[in-house]
Amino acid sequence: DIPDALCERDKVKFTVHTKTTLSSFQKPDFSVPRQHEDFIWLHDTLVETEDYAGLIIPPAPPKPDFESPREKMHKLGEGEATMTKEEYTKMKQELEAEYLAVFKKTVQVHEVFLQRLSSHPVLSKDRNFQIFLEYDQDLSVRRKNAKEMFGGFFKNMVKSADEVLIAGVKEVDDFFEQEKTFLLDYFSKIKEATAKAEKMTRSHKNIADDYIRLSATLNSLSAEESTNYYFIKFCLKLFQNFLCVCLKKVEGRVASDEELKLTELLRYYMRDIQAAKDLLYRRARALADYENSNKALDKARLKGKDVSQAEEHQKRCLQKFDTLSESGKKELTNFKARRVVAFRKNLVEMAELEVKHAKNNMTLLQGCIELLSGN
Amino acid sequence: MASSSERSPPPFPDTEDQDVLDSEEVGGRDSDEDDGEELFMSASNTPLTKQDTPTSPDSQASDLMEDLSVGPPSSQTEKSAASSSPEEFVDLTNNLDAESRVAAEISSPEPSDEFFDILGSETQKVEVEASVKADSGEASSGGPDLPGEKTGSSSAALIINLDNDVQPPRVGERVIDPLAQILGDTPAADPTKPSSAVVDLFEDDGSDIFTGAPQSKASSRPEKGLFGEPDEDLFGEPLGAMSKKTTENEGKSSTAKAAGPTFSKPTEPADIFTEEAATTVPRTSNTVNSKANGVHSEEDLFTEATVELSLDSPRSSRKNEETSKPSASSSSSSLSAPARQAKLPPAALEELEDEEEAELEDKFDVLVSVKDPEKVGDGMNAYMAYKVSTETTLPMFRNKLFTVRRRFSDFLGLYEKLSEKHGPNGLIVPPPPEKSILGMTKVKVGKEDSSSADFLERRRGALERYLQRVVNHPLLLQDPDVREFLEKDELPRAVSTQTLSGAGFLKMINKATDAVSKMTIKMNESDAWFEEKLQEVESADQHFRKLHALVESLVVHRKELSLNTANFAKSAAMLGSAEDNTALSRALSQLAEVEDKIEQLHQDQAAYDTFSFAELIADYIRLLGAVRGSFDHRIKAWQRWQDAQAMLQKKRETEAKLLWANKPDKLQQAKDEIVEWEARVTQFERDFERVSATVRKEVLRFEKQRTKNFKRQITKYLELLLQSQQQLIKYWEAFLPEAKAIA
Repeated sequence: DIPDALCERDKVKFTVHTKTTLSSFQKPDFSVPRQHEDFIWLHDTLVETEDYAGLIIPPAPPKPDFESPREKMHKLGEGEATMTKEEYTKMKQELEAEYLAVFKKTVQVHEVFLQRLSSHPVLSKDRNFQIFLEYDQDLSVRRKNAKEMFGGFFKNMVKSADEVLIAGVKEVDDFFEQEKTFLLDYFSKIKEATAKAEKMTRSHKNIADDYIRLSATLNSLSAEESTNYYFIKFCLKLFQNFLCVCLKKVEGRVASDEELKLTELLRYYMRDIQAAKDLLYRRARALADYENSNKALDKARLKGKDVSQAEEHQKRCLQKFDTLSESGKKELTNFKARRVVAFRKNLVEMAELEVKHAKNNMTLLQGCIELLSGN
Repeated sequence: MASSSERSPPPFPDTEDQDVLDSEEVGGRDSDEDDGEELFMSASNTPLTKQDTPTSPDSQASDLMEDLSVGPPSSQTEKSAASSSPEEFVDLTNNLDAESRVAAEISSPEPSDEFFDILGSETQKVEVEASVKADSGEASSGGPDLPGEKTGSSSAALIINLDNDVQPPRVGERVIDPLAQILGDTPAADPTKPSSAVVDLFEDDGSDIFTGAPQSKASSRPEKGLFGEPDEDLFGEPLGAMSKKTTENEGKSSTAKAAGPTFSKPTEPADIFTEEAATTVPRTSNTVNSKANGVHSEEDLFTEATVELSLDSPRSSRKNEETSKPSASSSSSSLSAPARQAKLPPAALEELEDEEEAELEDKFDVLVSVKDPEKVGDGMNAYMAYKVSTETTLPMFRNKLFTVRRRFSDFLGLYEKLSEKHGPNGLIVPPPPEKSILGMTKVKVGKEDSSSADFLERRRGALERYLQRVVNHPLLLQDPDVREFLEKDELPRAVSTQTLSGAGFLKMINKATDAVSKMTIKMNESDAWFEEKLQEVESADQHFRKLHALVESLVVHRKELSLNTANFAKSAAMLGSAEDNTALSRALSQLAEVEDKIEQLHQDQAAYDTFSFAELIADYIRLLGAVRGSFDHRIKAWQRWQDAQAMLQKKRETEAKLLWANKPDKLQQAKDEIVEWEARVTQFERDFERVSATVRKEVLRFEKQRTKNFKRQITKYLELLLQSQQQLIKYWEAFLPEAKAIA
């Protein structure tokens, strides 16, 4: 199944296009319009489904953030009077490019979410997922109201408190114990790395911006240069062109690629690890439940009443815990393999892109130097 | 008078020429023609020095002595030539004795010796010339007629002509000295260069003027007469200045017509050249000249005699000009016309200059480097001393390589001296970096952090560029203070450079008043060129400022990036250590390493940005300030002129009043005052014109240099960028297999 997404208008509507060979779908090829909120709904329902407690639910895509480029655009509009025309148009172009990049990124994360769901053996058969893909009317998902929001917040609080409580529960399985420590450690590290990478790309972008302004200034300077000095004019022009074409574009591309490949990768896995941690939590929860039920059974036996009920409960808990453990184990191993593959892919791509950009830069620089020394 | 003034250029070139000639004769005869042309010049010049003797015998004599003392040893090669022509000379002197008073001038033994040298060389050269340049009118007319006597007589004629001159004697000395210096100081310095420069000058100037102006013909007449009809001039001429002039002209015109245009060409340029030199001749001291080093004086002589003189004795030169002008105009119209002409074609002069500058560029072999900043002392009295080493091949320095220690205020002191001396003349004095109390205090306190090291390095670079600019300036290099700064071990402490001293305060007040007067003075710009340039400079200044701010922010961002990259590298390393997949872990630590290296790269790039780009722009902002300063000086000169004119007007009015009131005793006084103020007005006018010319020239020079400098710096910057990109490629390519190895 290859979902394919497009966007229209302000509200960011994704056109989800599905090609499938699965018999559960009515048609092999169809597309539906979806909004970001629909994705969130899908994610939430998946998380809330009991049956999927033992699975790592793919993290929901982040809310599309078009604010920053829009804001910048606005600012630019305000500052239009203070800038020269070339500068303005250049900045505008740059912002448009940035906007486009952000947009692409957003579409991509949504797409990745769906792809992961569809590639998952269990989740792809989920009813809600299929409805999400197939139902060609507007889903008109009920938006979360304030109470629910608060409930969600409260749930989170409970969860984290619970997490602390459960931390005391002794782990019965070494694998999970290890996984847990690893994930916790890894999560903090990757969070840090993400923050740093973000900063790095931001300063890269700043540099790209500086180059734009530099080239604009050089442009006006070369325009001012007296016409007697064709040579220096030429020099400056060349230099400016070089800055504009090569440094701005390439540096900007380096920045956005870096962002796409590295920062996004890190960010995605940060969320993914969060999901994995949730899984672990659910498992630990089940474990705690099981132990509680054990205790309850003991008590019941001691008291001699409700034994069968307690036994049943204990059995259920055990069963639940076992299934959770099993699927959790599988999921985590999968997750690891997936992570490694994704890291590899992205790192290779990033390295290749860096090399490509550097080479581009180099040829441009060489051409520039030759032109300069040739005159 | 006219004829004499026309003829005043360097007398000594012959000796030098001879060197050239000799060397060239050995090497090949390709430039014989040039020599021949120069010969004419030298022929015309030499007599002039002789002729000076009556007017100022002592100085003249001593000059000659000097010349001689320098000349003979340096021109060993000439000896044979010289010795070959004693008889001729004797003949000549006899002739002179008998026929003219010239002999009286040559009465002292030394001069005559010297003269003889010249004649000797001259004869030789003329012969060469004749053989090479068969078409030259001179050779054809003079040569065939009087083969034996020709050379001698021609020079004799010259002498007579010069004899008549009243006014321009000093040219001779002036010119002699530098040339003598050339000979004395740089026997090895390629003599071909000056000569070729001379030739350039002749050709350009000559052709320009000749084709362009009818007056130039008139001016060339005397010269032609000299060469073409030596006998007539020599023997037939009476000594009376005026009458002689006219006859000469007549004689010349006939010969000129006979000779045709080809003939007039070589002589013509010489004429103009002499003209120019003559008008500007100062009554000044020889010290001026002694200061000039060979290369420079050569250049100055040809193109900027005025400027050069004005450096050391603007006043005297002006006076001289004044005196020379009236006399010239009175003597003959034909003279004043060429005089104007010599001044008029600025375009031609500029072109010339450019050419010469291009040539001279190679010759400015002064390399100044500022190194090893070193802290001296402790606490707030500490200062940084820099090692200033100079590498030069110029003869004006005692050693080829020398090093002195200077502190920052010494640099400032040098600038103060230079700008005081040369600023009012419209020179663009390169400014040193500003004082930075904050930066220096940091250094003084002794914090060994990166910012103070950065500061020191920036300042060091700025000082180095500043000094290099100073020594690259042909006129500033001549300044004794510059030399002292570069050479002398101990320098008196520069006092007035302290920011908080009394002198500093005074300076501030001066600046404030300047600013006010600048605002109040509205000059109706007569010259569109200046107006345009001023505007250009202003806008360039603005743009450069903007550019500088941008580059600074680029540097800041780049530093930020490098910091962030370093941080990321650290986290990547941590992540790598936390990773449980070994291959991925290795890849991540590799990534950390790569990022580490890239961080270094960014840091270096930031340094490049700062040093080769931001500093370049900062320099230009300072220089543009200096350019504006020179514009201001020009306006000030204009203001002085206007004030003087107003004053003159007032005096005239008072005179009229007095005349009306019939008070003869005060009338005389008023008349004196008027005369005085008239002189002053002309002086200021001249002053203004001179400053204008200098500023114009300096601005052109500045622009040329800026272009060149920019090109160089930009290329360098791009190369650095290229290098770092190459490094980047290397790093990432090394990383690629590592990433692919993740399984």
